[in-house]
Amino acid sequence: MDQWSGYMQLILQGALTTAQLTVLGCALALVVAFIAGLGRLSRSFLVRAAATAYIEFFRGTSIFVQLFWAYFVLPLLGISLTPLQAGILALGLNVGAYGAEVVRGAVQSVGREQYEACIALNLTRWQCLRHVILPQAFVLMLPTFGNNAIELLKGTAVVSLISLADLTFQAQVVRAQTGSTMVPFLTILVLYFVMASVISFGVRGLERRLTRGLDGMRS
Amino acid sequence: MEWDWAFVREILPTLLDGVRLTILATILGSLVAAVVGLGFALARRSRNRIFAKGIGFFAEFIRGTPLLVQLYFLFYILPDLGLTLPPLVAGVIGLGLHYGTYTAEVYRSGIENVPRGQWEAAKACNLTVVQTWRHVILPQAIPPMIPALANYFIAMFKETPLLSAITVLELMNQARSVANYNYRYLEPMTLVGVFFLVISLISVIGLRALERRFGRLR
Repeated sequence: MDQWSGYMQLILQGALTTAQLTVLGCALALVVAFIAGLGRLSRSFLVRAAATAYIEFFRGTSIFVQLFWAYFVLPLLGISLTPLQAGILALGLNVGAYGAEVVRGAVQSVGREQYEACIALNLTRWQCLRHVILPQAFVLMLPTFGNNAIELLKGTAVVSLISLADLTFQAQVVRAQTGSTMVPFLTILVLYFVMASVISFGVRGLERRLTRGLDGMRS
Repeated sequence: MEWDWAFVREILPTLLDGVRLTILATILGSLVAAVVGLGFALARRSRNRIFAKGIGFFAEFIRGTPLLVQLYFLFYILPDLGLTLPPLVAGVIGLGLHYGTYTAEVYRSGIENVPRGQWEAAKACNLTVVQTWRHVILPQAIPPMIPALANYFIAMFKETPLLSAITVLELMNQARSVANYNYRYLEPMTLVGVFFLVISLISVIGLRALERRFGRLR
């Protein structure tokens, strides 16, 4: 039983890497999602086309392919990334593309009268978006963002294939060293599930907090 | 590094071999997911509360953990229990089980979307349970499910590269072995990306057509 504590430490280190990837990936995805999602609603045709191309490209190819491309092909073009950077970049851009559609859908689902009210109050487009539309749209985005964050967490397992020492990678190491398969893999399955539960719990809490001020404003 | 068309021509047959296996895995996985999803959905409607809750938790667990780890689990652990699966079979089961938990939700909302009045009308007409499902509920529940199911099958198609991790020689694995052998990553990786993009775009157009034909599940 003594040896297991050492192996558990390995797995916990992997959990830390996975958590780091998830948090940084989500941060990048959130930024990208807003840029691309609002870009799709832009008045300029060029911006709309660019945002659409980005979204379709990253939703059309799998995360695995994007990760390998970022890790193996970008260096040939002169951009060298560490495995961690490549992982964050690929995960963030991939999930950001899905998030962009969520942003677009939520912004579009805010009622017309809100936009008309903005015009009546003589707000600029930016003021309208910042103070009227986004606070209402953000609440609508949250549940789907939570699901996307869980998808990102699950996507992080793929980075083990570009030799980044995340949970899955460490489980493979433990498997190779001990010959036991059941223990490391069951452990990391449970750990992943716990992390996913933390995300969905956190998002639900955030949702409750943010909807508090909006009572009565929406029918 | 320059793009080399001669190299592209040279590796194309190998990659196309991989494409065949990728598509085969997707089709088989979709079939398994369609059946498993129905099983999950029906189990969660079971009158035995503990059974329904247990299945619900199991589905939730599968949905909260990475497919890659589940594939490893199937591929490495089942042999310990005396059940050795060929890589492709393990992969198809993994894909089917994972996406089955998603399709279960589609079935569930499809069935719940049939208005209560329809159930009551079936009862009023004195239909048996089988007749109710066969003639009243399913004909109304299934069409709106079709685009949503197709959506998940496209998502599954994009996850098939994960099968390369358990030694299935699908497209991604072929590309990696070609790349490692020739030490050229640009062409194989890009071609894999292009291939996935093309198939996805085509299937998205197909999906839109399905949505127009059958309407959308809300």
